[in-house]
Amino acid sequence: MNPSTRTDPQIEPPSRRSAVRCFGVGVLGLVVASFWSLDLQWAQFLSLDAARSMGRFVGEFFPPDTSPVFLERVALATWETLAMSLLGTLLAAAFGLALALPASRQHEADAAWMRAPTRLVLNALRSVPELVWAGLLLIAAGLGPFAGTLALALHTTGVLGRLFAEAVENAPPGPAAALRAQGIGRLRVFLYATLPQVLPQLMSYTLYRWENNIRAAAILGVVGAGGLGQLLSFHMGLFHMGKTATILGAMLLLVGLVDALSHAARRAMTR
Amino acid sequence: MNTSVLRPAAPRSPAPTRDPAWLARVFWTGAALVLLWPLAVATEFRPWTLLEAQNLKVTRQFLSGFWPPAIEPEFVGMLAREAWRTVAIATAGMTLALLLAIPMTLMATSVLSVSALSGRMARLPFWGRQVLRWTLIVLRSVPELVWALVFVRVVGLGPTAGVLAIALTYAGMLGKVYGEILESGEPHATQTLLRNGSSRLQAFFYGLMPQNAAELTSYTVYRWECAIRSSVVLGFVGAGGLGQQMDNSMKMFKGDEVLSILIVFVALVALADRVSAGLRKALG
Repeated sequence: MNPSTRTDPQIEPPSRRSAVRCFGVGVLGLVVASFWSLDLQWAQFLSLDAARSMGRFVGEFFPPDTSPVFLERVALATWETLAMSLLGTLLAAAFGLALALPASRQHEADAAWMRAPTRLVLNALRSVPELVWAGLLLIAAGLGPFAGTLALALHTTGVLGRLFAEAVENAPPGPAAALRAQGIGRLRVFLYATLPQVLPQLMSYTLYRWENNIRAAAILGVVGAGGLGQLLSFHMGLFHMGKTATILGAMLLLVGLVDALSHAARRAMTR
Repeated sequence: MNTSVLRPAAPRSPAPTRDPAWLARVFWTGAALVLLWPLAVATEFRPWTLLEAQNLKVTRQFLSGFWPPAIEPEFVGMLAREAWRTVAIATAGMTLALLLAIPMTLMATSVLSVSALSGRMARLPFWGRQVLRWTLIVLRSVPELVWALVFVRVVGLGPTAGVLAIALTYAGMLGKVYGEILESGEPHATQTLLRNGSSRLQAFFYGLMPQNAAELTSYTVYRWECAIRSSVVLGFVGAGGLGQQMDNSMKMFKGDEVLSILIVFVALVALADRVSAGLRKALG
């Protein structure tokens, strides 16, 4: 009776065990090196003095400023942030769809010579975080939410373009093959065969990115791109902690609202 | 045979040159434009301003400063040090996040509930678990940049603020997804262990862990890669690393330095992506 090494739990193949051990040692080494190389101010953070000053700092947040004048400004900034995230996501969905066709291989024998360069462009777009894009675009577009919208659109185009291309490549090939056999051109095959198949999935991805973009839009203002972030960094810089608390509350409400809307929309689509 | 009887078949009507669904499509396009209009106004969406003479001049000046990228040895050495710092901030932040998230997940997951073994969970455990879940939701809803801004005020500039910001936000994210992974598995083994008197920790290690270890580790590695990108963003508010260098270079309009930092950053993210994908494939 030969206990096969694969099913007998006592005799694990040596390669897998040593791989796990290597991984564990590597992770431990990375963690220790990280903590050792950073000069973290543990003493400053964990001392009684620090706890007291942090308590005092948190105490300054209350009571939050709820004067009608300020609430109106916060409401305007919230609307600006929401609009930034919506428009940025919609633009990104449109551009991502436009780039998804060249970035995908339509069928087995497809040369798809545009695939590699388009994927490179999409990866470059999505590697740069939204905040960095906003910082760069502020120079071209000036202060204000326009730079923030463009920054969100550029970064999300990279993300959605790649997700869309993968969805298109994984779509069932039947309808597209049927159209291609009739001699229909590449663009029309995409529009009439592949796109109707993958549209629910694409919309689901877009709604999911909207959830992420509302968080990004809220903080883009810190570099000057308008919305709640700009209001937040302005008042935090002047140490108006009561106003900062109101803005933080508005941010949390907005993020929660968009999360709930996106979740409900995705549930409604898959029903 | 009278061939005049064999008339050619009546020609089929030509294919409609008008889209049969054109009315609906035009209507919905118009409705979409009407709905987009307030959004465009709210975000001051004026794409033509990008091509205004003054903006073009500034853009051209900035872009012309991009090439060639700065490659002085001391600058590149500094970039390498800052890239390591970025990874270190992300790793330290993730470690603290794990220290926070794992106990909270164990306490918040309903799979390890003893009172739920016999039907409905008792009231106190249920509300205790809800409170923990809401804490995790709040932790992950506050953007990490906001945490970093607050911590910079408390502990000063430097990597501590970034590490703490990443720790809190990612604790919330990890806690939520760990809970979902644990609850989506097969509960039979865990429940059997709990019913036969094992402690919750034992039930976790012998019932839940073997099932879900691969998925948990895979998600943790993916989040580590996200943390690296976050720590670059946090550098913009003073938490050190590549982000702070990029902020400095952008404020001084040194395009060549910005390009170098961007290249280093994209390479770092691609490397982390590759490592993460390799690890997940090896573990999963």
